[in-house]
Amino acid sequence: MESTVDNNLITRPENILGRVITSAKIRDAVKGIKRIKRSHRQIKAENVFRKTIIIIALATVVLVLGIMLTLIMQSVLSIKATGIGYLWGKTWDPVRDIFGAYPFILGTIFTSFLALFISIPFSFAVAIFLGEYYPKGWLPNLLKNTVELIAAVPSVIYGFWGLAVLVPIVRSLETKIGVQPVGLGIFTSSLILAVMIIPYAASLGQSMIKMVPSNLKEAAYSLGATRWEVIRSVILPYTKSGLFAGILLSLGRALGETMAVTMVIGNTSLIPKSIFAPGNTMASVIANEFTEADHPVYLSALIELGLVLFLVTVVINMVGKRLTKQFTN
Amino acid sequence: MKYRIGKSTGFQVLTITLAFACVVPLIFILIYILQAGITKINWHFITNLPKPVGEVGGGIANALLGSMIIIGCASVIAIPFGILCGIYLSENKTSKLAYWSRLCVDILQGVPSIVIGIVAYFWLVKPLGGFSALSGSAALAIMMLPIIIRSTEETLLMLPDSLREAAYALGMPFHRVILKVIIPCGISGILSGVMLSVARIAGETAPLLFTAFGNPYLSGNIFKPMQSLPLLIFNYATSPYNDWHDLAWGASCILLIFVLLLNIFTKLITRKWKVQL
Repeated sequence: MESTVDNNLITRPENILGRVITSAKIRDAVKGIKRIKRSHRQIKAENVFRKTIIIIALATVVLVLGIMLTLIMQSVLSIKATGIGYLWGKTWDPVRDIFGAYPFILGTIFTSFLALFISIPFSFAVAIFLGEYYPKGWLPNLLKNTVELIAAVPSVIYGFWGLAVLVPIVRSLETKIGVQPVGLGIFTSSLILAVMIIPYAASLGQSMIKMVPSNLKEAAYSLGATRWEVIRSVILPYTKSGLFAGILLSLGRALGETMAVTMVIGNTSLIPKSIFAPGNTMASVIANEFTEADHPVYLSALIELGLVLFLVTVVINMVGKRLTKQFTN
Repeated sequence: MKYRIGKSTGFQVLTITLAFACVVPLIFILIYILQAGITKINWHFITNLPKPVGEVGGGIANALLGSMIIIGCASVIAIPFGILCGIYLSENKTSKLAYWSRLCVDILQGVPSIVIGIVAYFWLVKPLGGFSALSGSAALAIMMLPIIIRSTEETLLMLPDSLREAAYALGMPFHRVILKVIIPCGISGILSGVMLSVARIAGETAPLLFTAFGNPYLSGNIFKPMQSLPLLIFNYATSPYNDWHDLAWGASCILLIFVLLLNIFTKLITRKWKVQL
C-alpha cells in the first residue's frame, strides 16, 4: 500500500515540485486512518462483548423459566387426568392408570424431616464449636474442612455404602426391637441423608455465629454469665433466623436428594406404615420409573411429581436465601 | 455457681463430642471404600470392558472414558457461559436484569438434580431421537453453572475498583479491561470455582439416568448412549451379582479419590491466593 503511494509521488511531477505533501506526511495520514479504523474496531468489539454478556445473563433467566415451563407443559396431561386429587390420592398403580402421589409425598416428608431431626444436633454442634468455642487453630480448621468434604462425596457412593454397611446394621437392629427385618426403608435412608446434609446447616450456622457482635457477648460475660448462658441467651437468639435459614437449606437438599435414597429406601408404592417400613420418595420414584413409563399419562404423572418437587425446593431455598440476606445486612 | 459452671462445661464437652462425631461416618465411609476398592484397581481394571456375569475379571474402561467425555463436554458448555454471566453480574450490580439473573442463579442452585435430568430429557433426548452423552453433558452443565457464576462474581467483586479505573484511564476498551486485566487478576478464584463445579458433577448420577443412560460397550460418540462412573456404580451396586459389586467398589474408589483430591486441591488454591468462595 505504502509503496504504491511512494511510486505515485515520484512519477507525478506536480507532487515533486511545489506541493507540500511529502511521503512522510502521507504515511502519517495512513497511520491515522488505520488508528481510527482500529479504534472503530475496538468500539465494535466492545459493543459485541457488552451485548454478549447481556444475552448470557438473559439466558440464565430464560433457562430457569424454560425449566419451569417444560415441567408444567409436560405435566398438563396428568393434571387434566387426575386434577388436584393427585396430591392426596392414596394409590399409585400405573397398570390401572391410577396416580396418587400421597405415598411418595409422605415418604419424602418422613425421610427429610427425620434426617433433619437427626442431623440438627450435629450440625449445630459443629457451628457452635467452630463459631464460638474455637474459631482459630489447626484442629478446628481440620474439622471445618473435613465437614465440608462430607458434602463432596458423591451421593451414589453414600448409597452404595449404605446398601453394603448400613442396611445389615439396621436389619439386626430391627430384629432386636421386633419389627419385620427388611433393612431397606425410610429409617435407613434418613440416616444416610442425615450424614449428607450436616455440612449445609453447619457451614452457614458457623459464619452466622461468627458475626455476633463481640460487645454483646462481652456485656453478658461482664454480668457474670457462663459460656453456656452466653450461647443460650445471646448467641442463639441473635442468630435465630440465620440458623433457621441453614436448616431450610439442609431441608432443600434432603428433599431433592435422589440416588442415595433410591438405593436404600426399598422402592414400594405403598403408604409407609412406620419409619422402618420401605417406601419411596418423590425423587426416587422418578429415578426408578421414568425410563419404564410406557404411556403418556404415566410419564406425565412422574413429571408432575418433578414439578411439585421443583416448586417446593424453590420456595424453601428462596426463603432460606432471603433470611440469610436479611441477616447479613 | 458451681452448678452453672458445671452446666457450661457439660455443654462444651457435649458440643465438642457431637462436632467430632460428625466426622466419624465420613472416615468410616472413606476407609470402607478404600479397603473394598483399592485391591480391585490395577492396569487390567482400568483398560478393560466389564465382563458378563460369571466371568472373572473385567474393568471399567468404558465408564472412565465416558465420564471424561461427558465431563469435558459439560465443561466446554458451562465454563465460558458461567464466566461471562459472572462478569455481567459483577459489572452490573444494580441493574434489573442482574437482579433477575441473580435470582435465577439462586433458584438453579437449589433445583434437585433429578428435575434437571427430566428437563434435559425433553430438551435434547426427545428431539435428537435417543439417549445421548451430549444430553447428559448439557444436564451436568446446567448444574455447573450456578457454582461457576457465583464464584466468578464474588471473585471479581473483591478486586479493587482502582484496578479497573487505571485500565480505563489508559484508554482500554471495556472488553480488554475485563479480559486482559480483571480476569487475569481473579483467575485463581474463577479456577477454583470451575474445579469445585467439576468435582460436584463428577459424581452426579440422577441427571444421567435418562440422558446418557449407560452403555456396556466402549463408545466415543457423543450422540449415542454412554457409560459413566456414577451410572456404572449405581447399576452394578443394585445388581445381585458379586462380580459386579466388585467392579462397583473399584469404580467407587476411583471416583471418590478423584472427587476428594479435586476438592482438597481447590482448598489449597483458595488458601494460597487467599480468595474466598
